[in-house]
Amino acid sequence: MKQGIFTIQSNENIALNVYKMVLTGDTGAITAPGQFVDIMLEGYFLRRPISVCDCVDGKLTLIYKVVGKGTEAMAGLEAEQKLDLLTGLGNGYDLTACRNHALLIGGGVGVPPLYMMARELREMGKEVSVILGFNKAKEIFYQKEFEALGAHTYVATADGSVGTKGFVTDVMNSVDIPYDYFYCCGPEPMLKAVYNASKTGGQFSFEERMGCGFGACMGCSCKTKYGNKRICKDGPVLTKEEIIW
Amino acid sequence: MVNANTKVCLSGLELDNPVIPASGTFGYGYEFAELYDINVLGTFSFKGTTREPRFGNPTPRIAECREGMINAVGLQNPGVEKVISEELPKLAKCFNKKVIANVSGFSIDEYMYTCERLDAQEQVGLIEVNISCPNVHGGGMSFGTQPEMAARVTKAVKSVTKKPVYIKLTPNVTDIASIAKACEEAGADGISLINTLMGMRIDLNRKKPVIANTMGGFSGPAIFPVALRCVWQVYNAVNIPVIGMGGVSCAEDVIEMMLAGATAVETGAINLVDPYASKKIVEDLPRVMEKYHITNLSDIIGGAHS
Repeated sequence: MKQGIFTIQSNENIALNVYKMVLTGDTGAITAPGQFVDIMLEGYFLRRPISVCDCVDGKLTLIYKVVGKGTEAMAGLEAEQKLDLLTGLGNGYDLTACRNHALLIGGGVGVPPLYMMARELREMGKEVSVILGFNKAKEIFYQKEFEALGAHTYVATADGSVGTKGFVTDVMNSVDIPYDYFYCCGPEPMLKAVYNASKTGGQFSFEERMGCGFGACMGCSCKTKYGNKRICKDGPVLTKEEIIW
Repeated sequence: MVNANTKVCLSGLELDNPVIPASGTFGYGYEFAELYDINVLGTFSFKGTTREPRFGNPTPRIAECREGMINAVGLQNPGVEKVISEELPKLAKCFNKKVIANVSGFSIDEYMYTCERLDAQEQVGLIEVNISCPNVHGGGMSFGTQPEMAARVTKAVKSVTKKPVYIKLTPNVTDIASIAKACEEAGADGISLINTLMGMRIDLNRKKPVIANTMGGFSGPAIFPVALRCVWQVYNAVNIPVIGMGGVSCAEDVIEMMLAGATAVETGAINLVDPYASKKIVEDLPRVMEKYHITNLSDIIGGAHS
C-alpha cells in the first residue's frame, strides 16, 4: 500500500452513469489486476474504493459507476485536479492459476478489473475469452477494447438489445468455450450463478462496504472455509474452493 | 520547538507523547507498520479482545456520515489465546514499546480471564477494559451503563491483574461522571473515554437501515465536542488519570483534550481515512505547542478548569 497524490488527466462519461478517469502518479504499489485504490473526496469522510481498470507506466485508469453522492462528486472532477489515493490495496487475481485458456466473466462495473487482467494474460501468451454482462445496450463499455487485445469477446444483455439475451451464465451454458480456469467480477448474485455454472477452478472478486480499505477496521469481513477474511486486505479476490455462500 | 516536552505518564507507564491510536482503528499495529515506524507513537490500544474468537456482526457494518462514520463490527477478534500466540509476536517485530491491551467480555468471569491472561504478557503496559461497546448484546455496553455494574467489573478485573487498569466508558448514559466515580471507588487506575455514540443511517434506495445490525457506533470529527465535554465532566469527578478520545484528528484537538483533563489522547476514525494521521499528529505537536506557548505538555492537563 502507498499513499500518493495523483493528477487527473481525463474524466469522461463512457456509458449510462459510467465514467472513465485516467490519472497519473506513483503506481508502484499496484502489483496485480483485481486490486483497488481508495480515493479521498473533499466533503466526504470515508474514501471511495474503486477497482483498477488498467495501470501502465504511472498511468492509472479507473472506470466507475455513479451510484451515490460521492461518485457523483467524482464525475464532476476535471483534468488537472489532484486526488489523494491509497494504491495497491487488496490481493488481486492470481494469473498463474490459468494454464492455457482463461475465461473472464464480468457484470456491469465488475468489468473494469478484467481489462488489465486480459491484457496481462495476453502478454503471457494465454488464450482469453471474455463474457461481459450488462442490463441494456446503453450500459455497454469496453467491448472493442477487449476485442483489440485479441480476446474472444461475448456480450449478454438482460433485455436482449445486444448479444445473447439474458445473463453471463446464459453464454456460459450455450457457447462451448474450452477454458481451463476462470476469473469473475460482478454483483454477488452473478458471482453465485457463475459459481454454479462453472466447470473448473476459478477466482471471484467480492464487494463490501469498507471503512478503511487496508485491513485495520474489520468492517468488511466475511467467512470462508479457511477462516475469517477481510474483503479489503485478504480479498477482494477469493478462490472458488474457499467461498461459503 | 527544540524544547517542546511531549512526555506524559499514565499510572507509571511513561509515554514519549500522548498520542495513542484507539482500539478498533489500528488492528494489531502491523498494517500501519508497513507504512511507517509506529514507534513514533506514544503507544496504541490494540483491537478489542475477548476470551473466545468472534466473527462479529453481519455485514454491511460500516456507514458514512458527515464528518464521521458508523461501525457495527461487533468485536471481531481471534480470541485471547491467538492474540497471545500470533498477534503479539508479530507486533514485537515492529513495536518495541508497551502496548495497551483492550479487553471486552460478556460476563464478569470472561473479563477476569482475558485480563489475567493479557496482564501476564510482557508487551502489555496497561489494560483498557471496554465496558462500552454499543455493538454487542448481553455484554459490552450493558456493563457500562450503571455505576454498580461498572464497579463490579472493575473490582473483579483489579483482583486478577497487576498492571494499571483503565475502564473505557460509553457516552450513551445520563451521567457519565457517576459511572467514572464508581469505577474509581472500585479501584480503577484510570478512565478512558469516550466510546462511540449510538447512531444509524437509512439507505434511500433500499429504504432500509444501511447497517445490517440497524444501529452502530458513531465516531469521527463530528463527535469531538461531545467527547471533550465528557472528558471535562469526568476530570471534575475523579482523581485518577483520564485518556480522552472521540473525534480527535489533529494536534490542536490533542491539546484541547488535555486542557479539558486528559493525560493522554486516543485517535480513532481518522486513522481509517488517513493511515498516517497519528504520525502526523505526533510530528505536528511541537509546532502547535510552540504556537500556544506550551513547553511541557503534561503541565496543561486539566488546565482549562482553573
